[in-house]
Amino acid sequence: MKADIRVALVGNPNTGKSTLFNILTGLNQKIGNFPGVTVDKKTGFCQLPDGRTAEIIDLPGTYSIYPKSKDESIVFSVLADKAKAMVPDLIVVILDASNLKRNLLLYTQIADLKIPVVVALNMIDVSEKAGIVIDVDLFAQKLGVPVVPISARKIKGIDQLKTTIAYANKIALQQDTIDVDAIAPQLIAQIKEEYKVDNPYFALQLAHQHETLDFLSATESDRIEELEKEHSFHSQKAQATETIARYSFINDLLYDTVKKPETAHDETVSNKIDKILTHKVFGFIIFFAILMFIFQAIFSWSAYPMELIGDLFLWLQAAITRVLPAGPLVSLLVDGVLAGLSGVLVFVPQIAILFALISILEDTGYMSRVTFMMDKVMRKVGLNGKSVVPLIGGFACAVPSIMSTRNIENWKDRMITIMVTPLVACSARLPVYTLLIALVVPNKNVWWVFNLQGLALTAMYLLSIVSAVVVAFVMKFILKARERGYFIMELPVYRMPRWKNVAFTMYDRSKTFVLQAGKVIIAVSIILWVLKSYGPGDRFAQIDKTFSKPEYTKSMTPDSLTKVIASEKLESSYAGVFGHVIEPVIKPLGFDWKIGIALISSFAAREVFVGTMATIYSVEGDADKLESVQQKMHSATNPDTGKPVFTLAVAFSLMMFYAFAMQCASTVAVVYRETKDWRWPAAQFAYMTVLAYSASFIVYHLLK
Amino acid sequence: MTLSQLEVGETGIVKEFTDLEMSVKLMEMGCLPGEEVRISRVAPLGDPIAIHVSGYQLSLRKFEASTIILQ
Repeated sequence: MKADIRVALVGNPNTGKSTLFNILTGLNQKIGNFPGVTVDKKTGFCQLPDGRTAEIIDLPGTYSIYPKSKDESIVFSVLADKAKAMVPDLIVVILDASNLKRNLLLYTQIADLKIPVVVALNMIDVSEKAGIVIDVDLFAQKLGVPVVPISARKIKGIDQLKTTIAYANKIALQQDTIDVDAIAPQLIAQIKEEYKVDNPYFALQLAHQHETLDFLSATESDRIEELEKEHSFHSQKAQATETIARYSFINDLLYDTVKKPETAHDETVSNKIDKILTHKVFGFIIFFAILMFIFQAIFSWSAYPMELIGDLFLWLQAAITRVLPAGPLVSLLVDGVLAGLSGVLVFVPQIAILFALISILEDTGYMSRVTFMMDKVMRKVGLNGKSVVPLIGGFACAVPSIMSTRNIENWKDRMITIMVTPLVACSARLPVYTLLIALVVPNKNVWWVFNLQGLALTAMYLLSIVSAVVVAFVMKFILKARERGYFIMELPVYRMPRWKNVAFTMYDRSKTFVLQAGKVIIAVSIILWVLKSYGPGDRFAQIDKTFSKPEYTKSMTPDSLTKVIASEKLESSYAGVFGHVIEPVIKPLGFDWKIGIALISSFAAREVFVGTMATIYSVEGDADKLESVQQKMHSATNPDTGKPVFTLAVAFSLMMFYAFAMQCASTVAVVYRETKDWRWPAAQFAYMTVLAYSASFIVYHLLK
Repeated sequence: MTLSQLEVGETGIVKEFTDLEMSVKLMEMGCLPGEEVRISRVAPLGDPIAIHVSGYQLSLRKFEASTIILQ
């Protein structure tokens, strides 16, 4: 779609910016990346009343044009980078009418860049209810820009806003807010001259942010550094002066235009809720109750849709096998592609439920209270209150959780969070644990209420949290901090969740997961299929020849003969050969070459384990029926000793390996994407493999 | 007297800061000289604290609050 004008949405976090974006663009939006960085770029199109189309860009929420995190640094680069043609024709600044003072700081900074601006005064209904009276006309007149009161939640004032966007001026008419030149007169003058910029605030921002702006060349950046030294410019001092001047402008403006009662109504309601939710005792009880509820929901609500997806794929695989003639291509489609695809899609219900619940917690404002309550504990182990969200998310999937660490401003805290998140027991480990526990732990109750199998599973989940905390604590001493950590954070007023936003987040995250993890898992399934289906030299032909002899064809039923041939072929295939090669390395852990194949293929994704086990122990028909895999594994015996392969020691040793090893290509990829340095995923892979090997070794020898 | 010495429910007026880097961040969030601040609550484990400033609630660690000098 071609747009006639480009409009950027800018505003503080918690001002309803994304709600407004969703209303303006409807479902007509897409998520991409800003060039060169991994920050999500949400764009969409909006039909204006005059028939033109506007492209709307949703910029990350920020309190100031001076960035504190990776996401926030995008705002100025988008507004400033003329070469990349992302500079908007118009900026819509969203202000929370019930909290104008702090919101206006960002407005005054944006206004001084002299790009045409329209103000959307959001939550006007909330502020009216709280008894705040805003003289909108006078407010608009003092700022010199159109001001539209809206309520994005109640969808009020949106048409008016669209009309205002359509008829907005092409030149910036806003009033100056502060005397920018006075902050650093000579430096601003010189940058304006050398870099051919006519806006003093833009020149000042070049001075402040030149190190992180990628449209400046190294020499340009060095030159600005030189100029700063020459004029003894101190970035933080200049920013402090500027902020004080801006607030003095804001105070004058609000004094004339806004009448406010002593305490806002919403605040007191919020306070009452906080008294309970952040209470010394109840606070933690409620938090753990909510966590329990989330786990319950993830596992019980998803059971039915997961079964449905599984069945759908089985039906599809069966249908294809029936309709199409047998051959390598059909086999690739059914056993490679479809098997891989169902392995991904089966997790979608769990991920969707987790993200719906997390986005409800975020939307209501509860998540920032969790951060507030947990900060002290988390800081002790080298993390940050804000690490709680990714760690909880890790129970579903590390990929989106690692992406959500972006709002941790402190570099060291963020890195440690990224490094330990994959240790949290994600949903892909669940099928592995369930299979192995069912295999060796009796389904009995102890003390009437505790099911032994359930206890074993709970222990695996507890182990994952404990290991994440311990590793974080160790890393706290290894990593050197780049900057001081701080925790200055808004505690937003409690609000009802916006169900549309919840639905959007759910859809969004599930899509990201399917695309991110899906590509890898399908690729691995295909590779695994090739390695399983072909072998070096003419070994396969030899097997076929051997088993076509009458002593076999006569004495065995066709069914059991096919199975014997299949398992013989597996041992001679590339995968089998490879399994035998690594057997000496994994023997101390109690694993044989067949488990070796499953281990290696699981390095792409853990959930591959069940499928691989099913193929290796040549289960007939569907590979996803746990019972049949379980039975096969149960009766599997070691050919040398005649004893069962899957003893208690082997099963627990395997679970330890799955608990600690970095067996997920998608996570490796996303860690690289987030850190922009191969050494991070490499270090993570290395430490997790060492942990996995040692834990398996110890557990195997203790239980043997 | 610093902000970290106030008890829950007490108010004070910000005078100055002892730490430039922290002050820049605090001022952006509306916590600046002349502004009235009130301690709303303390986290269950004693740190961080939540203060009411500029019409909203801000949470910060005790150490950060100790860099804010009150009138």
